[in-house]
Amino acid sequence: MALGGGTMTGEALIIIALLVPTIGAGLIWLTAWNPNVREATTLVTAGTLFAIVVAILGRVLNGEDLATGTWPIAPGLELGFRVEPLGMLFACVASGLWIVNSIYSIGYMRGNKEPRQTQFYMCFAIALASTIGIAFAANLFTLFLFYEVLTLSTYPLVTHKGDENAKAGGRVYLLVLLGTSTVLLLPAIIATALIAGTLDFMPGGILTGKADKATLMILLAMFMFGIGKAALMPFHRWLPAAMVAPTPVSALLHAVAVVKAGVFTVTKVVLYIFGIELLASTGANEWLIWVAAASLLLGSLVAMTKDNLKARLAYSTVSQLAYVVLGAALATSWGVIGGAMHIAMHAFGKITLFFCAGAIYTAAHKTEVSELSGLGRTMPFTFAAFLIGALSIIGLPPFGGLWSKWYLALGALQAGQIVIVAVLMISSLLNIAYLLPIPIKAFFGQASGRKSSGIKEAPLPCLIAIGLTSLGCLILFFFPDGILNLLSRIQVQ
Amino acid sequence: MISEHLPALQVVVPLLGAVVCAFFTRGDRAWFVALVVSLAMPFIAFGLLLKVLHGGPISYALGGWAPPFGIEYRVDILNAYVLVLVSVIGAVIMPYAKRSVEHEIEADKQAWFYTIYLLCLCGLLGIAITGDAFNAFVFMEVSSLATYALIAMGRDRRALLAAYQYLIMGTIGATFYVIGVGLLYSMTGTLNLADMANRIAGIENSRAVLAALAFLTVGISLKLALFPLHVWLPNAYAYAPSMATVFLSATATKVAVYLLLRYFFTVFGVTVIYADLPISEIFLLLSLAAMFGASIVAVFQQNVKRMLAYSSVAQIGYITLGIAIANKTGLTGGIVHLFNHALMKAALFMAIGAIFYRIGSVKIDDLAGIGKRMPMTAGAFVVAGLSLIGVPGTVGFISKWYLGLGAFQQGWWWLVMLIVLSSVISIIYVGRVVEVIWFRDVAPASRRAKDPPLSMLLPMLLLTAATIYFGFDTVLTAGIAELAAEWLLAGVR
Amino acid sequence: MELLHTIVSHYNHWIIIFLMVSGLYIVVARGNMVKKLVGLGLFQTSVYLLYLSPGKILGGTPPILSPDFTVYSNPLPHVLILTAIVVGVATLALGLALVVRINEAFGSIEEDEIFGGDEDE
Repeated sequence: MALGGGTMTGEALIIIALLVPTIGAGLIWLTAWNPNVREATTLVTAGTLFAIVVAILGRVLNGEDLATGTWPIAPGLELGFRVEPLGMLFACVASGLWIVNSIYSIGYMRGNKEPRQTQFYMCFAIALASTIGIAFAANLFTLFLFYEVLTLSTYPLVTHKGDENAKAGGRVYLLVLLGTSTVLLLPAIIATALIAGTLDFMPGGILTGKADKATLMILLAMFMFGIGKAALMPFHRWLPAAMVAPTPVSALLHAVAVVKAGVFTVTKVVLYIFGIELLASTGANEWLIWVAAASLLLGSLVAMTKDNLKARLAYSTVSQLAYVVLGAALATSWGVIGGAMHIAMHAFGKITLFFCAGAIYTAAHKTEVSELSGLGRTMPFTFAAFLIGALSIIGLPPFGGLWSKWYLALGALQAGQIVIVAVLMISSLLNIAYLLPIPIKAFFGQASGRKSSGIKEAPLPCLIAIGLTSLGCLILFFFPDGILNLLSRIQVQ
Repeated sequence: MISEHLPALQVVVPLLGAVVCAFFTRGDRAWFVALVVSLAMPFIAFGLLLKVLHGGPISYALGGWAPPFGIEYRVDILNAYVLVLVSVIGAVIMPYAKRSVEHEIEADKQAWFYTIYLLCLCGLLGIAITGDAFNAFVFMEVSSLATYALIAMGRDRRALLAAYQYLIMGTIGATFYVIGVGLLYSMTGTLNLADMANRIAGIENSRAVLAALAFLTVGISLKLALFPLHVWLPNAYAYAPSMATVFLSATATKVAVYLLLRYFFTVFGVTVIYADLPISEIFLLLSLAAMFGASIVAVFQQNVKRMLAYSSVAQIGYITLGIAIANKTGLTGGIVHLFNHALMKAALFMAIGAIFYRIGSVKIDDLAGIGKRMPMTAGAFVVAGLSLIGVPGTVGFISKWYLGLGAFQQGWWWLVMLIVLSSVISIIYVGRVVEVIWFRDVAPASRRAKDPPLSMLLPMLLLTAATIYFGFDTVLTAGIAELAAEWLLAGVR
Repeated sequence: MELLHTIVSHYNHWIIIFLMVSGLYIVVARGNMVKKLVGLGLFQTSVYLLYLSPGKILGGTPPILSPDFTVYSNPLPHVLILTAIVVGVATLALGLALVVRINEAFGSIEEDEIFGGDEDE
């Protein structure tokens, strides 16, 4: 495939994929003296990373098994990477959207004259490197290391503004994410290692026949709540708190990389540590279905009460993440595919919405939903894109969001959970209720206060990025086969 | 030729160095002598370690008097490891020492300070290398007397009280040790440890031998600050000059632990320790008391040096826990923690020493916001602090992993949980300091502080980097610790 | 009777134990820093005796080779204790030096007075 990937070994490709953003971060630091060169470096790094990920994708679709050697650390602990379909999808989404997001960032950061832009781009690159590490990790230990690096590298991004508000948000962010991961996730990993004797992700799980139902339930609970990035209620507080970050951060990290790293880990744990067979046969997953459903509905309900646009989107994300957790919790093959697909579908929809929120902030300096009335007539492009993103999130044709919800519903039926199908329906209605009024009022509402004449569309790079992601939502509706093809390679047994 | 005499050189060189130092009146010249001597020590230690790894234990007859009548220096895998530990720490802190000592010790006493330091180094290395029970006592007193003097040179007048208190308790400990040796001598008629081990066979359970074991255990436990015999330690570490604290926290207690291991496993033997006597149970209780009691006390300290000192008591609990777990994996954990704890605690005390160098205080309130003024130092503190907690990717995790695995192999699930729980307490006391130094506004006292000079910064960063490096590459640390544990448990005398 | 004999014939041990315990008691019970050091010295001295007394062998002579004697006392304990005495003197000297400095710094050598003042902060 691309970049002469045909001659390289799989191991080399994986390592290069990890190194490119890391080295990119260094180069960004070195080129800090000239913003143009620095931003070009970011774009080139993002492009290179995506090309390599695509090359890996080509190998995976050819049926190749890509893995690195392992580096032993202590008995039962090792570092290692292996590409499997789920991680492949996650890496593609994250690295692909990084390019778009970098374009957007240039417009946003310059448009708002943000300080410390070098640090911003560097941390972004490191965050992406850890995301790739999470996506390709071959065992829980490796995944955990990159999971923590991701938390730490995004902290400076969350507190980028540097004011009291940002610091308070950053505190909650660190406290919840580090707290859950060290107090719940890490002990869960240790317990798993001791019970199973390994931490490798294996098709069908590693716990079969090694633990009774009670142990499994406790472990599952420790994992699900310990993976704080999945924002399962009641550990969702960090996500709204993180909205103090500049919008590109909210867009890529808190709609895509960080939160998806969370639900990705959830899915991986369910698939390759527990195994859906084991969960379905013991019923240890039963409670999780209901917790996810509750998180799903509550997130939407809270979102309706929020007037701040980004806060509303954040709670919407909490709710949408619960879809993925739900998909994993159903422990059926369609459920897993639906959940995994939602990682991609929601990513495109939500990043579009965040981009629009950022564009509105940059162009009109408005942050509250109630202020947007009539703004659609001065910023038609932005609000059209917002509408597309909203429709995709709701799950209406002709946008990609439809498919993931479709498969999730199939998964619920497969598991015999009719109530869950109803929950999915209600949730879609709630989505309509809190998302659609925004573009409708913007287009048809009365412009509030005096005529805001100076407002026009956001800077061009922002618009390009918005255009690309909303186009993505559309394309994903017509061509979901690619993702389905990839995900059907997930080995359940 | 010279390599034959390495065991003697290991002790004689610092002794002669101390004599040379005493002739200088200028601190910087004495420092230079101490630097040269300290830098030479790791070469000798590594030379011995390599020889032992390739050719088995080395026996060196001091002065040409053949053992068991003459004093034998006996180097095996365990004490070669301890020699490397002590000499490496001794070498790394010397560049750091110069500025720190110039800042904290009056000019006319600096040469004496280095003299005493070299004597202390000589004593510690001597305890580790000698194969003679009484010779070990002499070296113990050489190092202890030097330690009392080092502590008394602290600027705070309470340093004098701490030194006096330690002198009383340390002398009682050393005297207990001599009583134990005396009883053993009267039973076996020899002072050579290897010879003693042979002759003790058959009379292990006689009352005099058991009394000797009791005296030795209590005496050495005082030196290694086993809970509840630790009361001397917090004040001593808190008020000693920074450089002395760094050195002592990293080495002194470790050497005492070594001596305990030597008596337990090679002189009395595994059967006496584990099968005939409840040593395992006693150490388990005391270790847990240390891990929890001292950690909880650490949480409430206002003086950061004192807090770290209490944390040392807790960490010693982990080391002795390795003895209590009584299997190879657990013992490996204890032994590897000797090294790992030395690295992280030295780095932490160096960081706090550097802060003292700049702002003249180690009270937690005065440290507010220091991270913004001394980012490298505060960063090193955070990384080493993470290691103290035992976050994966740091040395602290490796030690705890082995301990946990060892406990699990014994079927002690509850102990695994307690290890995790005690780590949570360390999150609190480390987190508290991190919170203050990074997230508070800069305190007035530290407005103009900045990172210390390179001579202080580099050793600190070197050790901090080592806490990460040895968190991944465990061949040298855990590998050798495992060999040593295997050797000890095999009962080879 | 036999018990009495055992007790009496081990009189050296009784002396040692008495010195040891009274030394330790003084260290623990006294608040005066010099007195504490005296107790410490007493405690150490008892150990010297612990080493020396079994070294003497009944009917033994100083260990100088001579055809007239076959039984010798063990010289090694004396050598060891010579070292230990040196160590003890050094400890005492350092301890007293510290007490002098403490007296200069705090104006007292009574523990309760010093610790009553500024314990902790």
